[in-house]
Amino acid sequence: MSYELVAGFETHIELATKTKIFCGCTTQFGGEPNTHCCPVCIGLPGTLPKLNREVVNFAIRAGLAVHGEIAEVAKMDRKNYCYPDLSKAYQISQLYAPLIIGGYVELSNGRKIRLHHIHIEEDAGKLIHQHGDTYVDYNRGGVPLIEIVSEPDIRSIDEAKEYVEKLQQVMRYIGISDCKMQEGSMRCDVNISVRPQGSEKLGTRTEIKNMNSITNIAKAMEYEFERQTDLIESGGQVVQETLRYDDATGTTSSMRSKEDAHDYRYFRDPDLVTINISRDEVEKIKATLPELPADKCKRYIEELQIPEKDAQLLTKYRKISEYFDEACEGVKSPKTVSNFIIGQMFSRTETEADKEEFAVATTPAQLNELVKLIDDGKIRNNLAKSTLEKMLDSGKGTLDFISESDMGGLDENALNDLCKQAVESNPKAVEDYKSGKEKAIKALVGNVMKNSRGKADATAAEAKIKEIIN
Amino acid sequence: MGTISKIHEMLVSKQCSCTELTKSYLDEIEKSNGELNAYVNITGEEALKTAEQVDKKISGGEEIGMLEGVPMTLKDNISTKGIETTCCSKILTGYKPIYNATVWDELANQNAVMLGKTNMDEFAMGSSCETSYFGGATNPFNTKHVSGGSSGGVASAVGANIAAYGLGSDTGGSIRQPASFCGIVGLKPTYGAVSRYGLIAYASSLDQIGPITKSVEDASIVFDAISKFDDRDSTSQGNLGGETYSKLNNDIKGMKIGIAHEYLDGVRDDVKESILKAAEVYKSLGAEIVYFDLPELKFALPVYYIIACAEASSNLGRYDGIRFGYKTEHYNGTHDMVCRTRSEGFGDEVKKRILLGTYVLSAGYYDAYYKKAQNLRGTIVKAFDNAFEKCDVILAPTVPMTAFEMGHAVSDPIETYLTDICTVPVNIAGLPGVSVPCGFNANGMPIGMQLIGKRFDESTILNAAYKYQQAAPENFKDTKWGVKL
Repeated sequence: MSYELVAGFETHIELATKTKIFCGCTTQFGGEPNTHCCPVCIGLPGTLPKLNREVVNFAIRAGLAVHGEIAEVAKMDRKNYCYPDLSKAYQISQLYAPLIIGGYVELSNGRKIRLHHIHIEEDAGKLIHQHGDTYVDYNRGGVPLIEIVSEPDIRSIDEAKEYVEKLQQVMRYIGISDCKMQEGSMRCDVNISVRPQGSEKLGTRTEIKNMNSITNIAKAMEYEFERQTDLIESGGQVVQETLRYDDATGTTSSMRSKEDAHDYRYFRDPDLVTINISRDEVEKIKATLPELPADKCKRYIEELQIPEKDAQLLTKYRKISEYFDEACEGVKSPKTVSNFIIGQMFSRTETEADKEEFAVATTPAQLNELVKLIDDGKIRNNLAKSTLEKMLDSGKGTLDFISESDMGGLDENALNDLCKQAVESNPKAVEDYKSGKEKAIKALVGNVMKNSRGKADATAAEAKIKEIIN
Repeated sequence: MGTISKIHEMLVSKQCSCTELTKSYLDEIEKSNGELNAYVNITGEEALKTAEQVDKKISGGEEIGMLEGVPMTLKDNISTKGIETTCCSKILTGYKPIYNATVWDELANQNAVMLGKTNMDEFAMGSSCETSYFGGATNPFNTKHVSGGSSGGVASAVGANIAAYGLGSDTGGSIRQPASFCGIVGLKPTYGAVSRYGLIAYASSLDQIGPITKSVEDASIVFDAISKFDDRDSTSQGNLGGETYSKLNNDIKGMKIGIAHEYLDGVRDDVKESILKAAEVYKSLGAEIVYFDLPELKFALPVYYIIACAEASSNLGRYDGIRFGYKTEHYNGTHDMVCRTRSEGFGDEVKKRILLGTYVLSAGYYDAYYKKAQNLRGTIVKAFDNAFEKCDVILAPTVPMTAFEMGHAVSDPIETYLTDICTVPVNIAGLPGVSVPCGFNANGMPIGMQLIGKRFDESTILNAAYKYQQAAPENFKDTKWGVKL
């Protein structure tokens, strides 16, 4: 029997607000332990939380970006559990009235992964184990998070990977988080179960906690899918439990069983008042949202005639797409701009991190100027390409490499001369061409292009050379 | 009587210096605290420093504010920077806050002279002050009797004239009940009128800081001073009803004073008699007495204990020995350390309420207890709203009895819980209530009456209380203790 994988995600994303969710401390990553703290975020007796409205605004941005419904009234709840890194012994979170309801993430196969809700909450501190002792660093305590809870709509590991990537992409676009999984600003819990192909009933699920890379998510899911399938095949039953994934062994192991599951004793936090969100506020936030990657990608394909694969590359990171948009301003062929970015520029921004930063030496305005020279017939594509390479390596502008005399095409006589010269100085190529090697003509054209410093029109040159030879 | 206005006059007219005054209070504390056990921490040095500053101002011809230089005290659950704040619990011994509660910031800015921190039931859980880790404060009228609770120390100190006034906190009656037991005035303001920032939480949706004073004017003066909007407390709204002091002497002719039959059920005869006598006084002042039913009151006590304990179980989770306060000496790992610290650091009453609160919030019980209690809380709020369509102020006993003997609360915990029956409805509904002395029983123990108002209508209840005080001054008595002014 073949089995189907069913998965849902709980994704925590740290919000890039300047200050923490309930006090004025900085949210900056790192810092000497316990230096980004105050009486409120270390939970001193008598202190009270004060909601940072910016957190609500960021969460609303997230909600709008994934087509969720923004609640008119939201409330904060306490999630009670005891752990040394949680200073108050409860986390202020949302259960009964979250900020965002519903929404979805659309995958490239057209499937929509529905979201159950998005809520805001505070992060906990960190334990540091050193010299046989345990220390607590509360710098991260009170950093704002959103938790995006999906429905169990994911059906394959590829879908899972794409879901996480899409979330990462869209949240970065709207500027609410850097979503760095390795730094913990994005973390996933994966709920996974299997069922016989075609079955409607959900199987018993396990939850893999705190996944911090997409590679590990895929590996852990693969392992868990196999494990559960084998278990069922051999007549066993999946036990509902919380698992941790061990990167070194590539296996999952139990953290706690259902019986040991925490009873968080959620209740409304009496220290915080109801959050009211006016429709005006939502509209205002909506107006500040950038064009989202999915919309951009569609526009590039449909309006700018960019091939789908290229459009996806251009929209993967917000900075690249913005660069592209700016460089395209008023040009006749956006495709040329796209080719230069994906060709010349991507070879200089090799890692994903570099692409995300996209700190190339040439400004979009300079690229725009260069492409417009092609549009106006002043230079040929080849010259533009080689010029761009020089620009990218030196950081200088177009006019540093192309003189006025380089611009404008070759006149008929000059082309004729260059073609004659090419034929005369390359008898071997001429011989090859005559004996039927069509390709040999390319070498002759190349010679003309080189000697004209790229100004010659390759098609015209080829015709002229053929004419001379024949 | 050592009231605020009297002390202010004495300072301004230079009858005595603030330093002399402060010293005499400190001397009296020294003499009486052994028997009263009102103070758990005496801050004489700081008090004299402030007094000196006030004297400099006075001798320099500067004008001083009403509360400036007046010796006072704070309940030990109000955070004071650099001064030990223990909630009278072993678990907070040695804890010195690094910040001030907003109310203390406010009063310290006005050069209030704090004599020390006063005794209370551990974490404000109790009605006799006897759950205090330091033992209970006694009643200045008879030290064999309790001062009441939880703000027993403040009430004992003010009643005994070893503080001119004090700030307490009231979650289910903890200001009004001890004020009633000690024959003085205690105001529990509307929820949100006074900032809770820095008040160590017992039950966040019920807690409110308020004054315990010798007279109604004093309660009004202190309330006006501390009822300000505070950005650090999201539930704070400030004094929406406006200042109260200038309206104290307003005519109360035609004021409708309501009495709910249920408030008189099960009340001792001497207490009931005093309340009805007070009603007669009001009639003679031109007020109209209206009687009505308030059957929803019967839900108040269970609702209170469920909500208060639920919130407490969460609020008290942070006492784990990691960051502040008491930490067990011998342990094996973090988990063991937290368990031992809490087992050794909390007293029985606190443990009882944490267990109860944890239980009512647990999966499977939440709906049956906590959710139901929240719904009933709504019912009680509405019932009061309706009642206030029939009257301007509700008159009720503060406690169904007078101060009981020390040790009684421990021997009969259920009866002790019942002593809160008249005070908790006000907290559940977030209303203001003031307790005013209205007589004495055969043994000379004070009886208190409670005036309950609409939300943010402190002005009306203080006005009514003041008029009563004018008409029945014999109920406001000094004891043998303390500073004689």
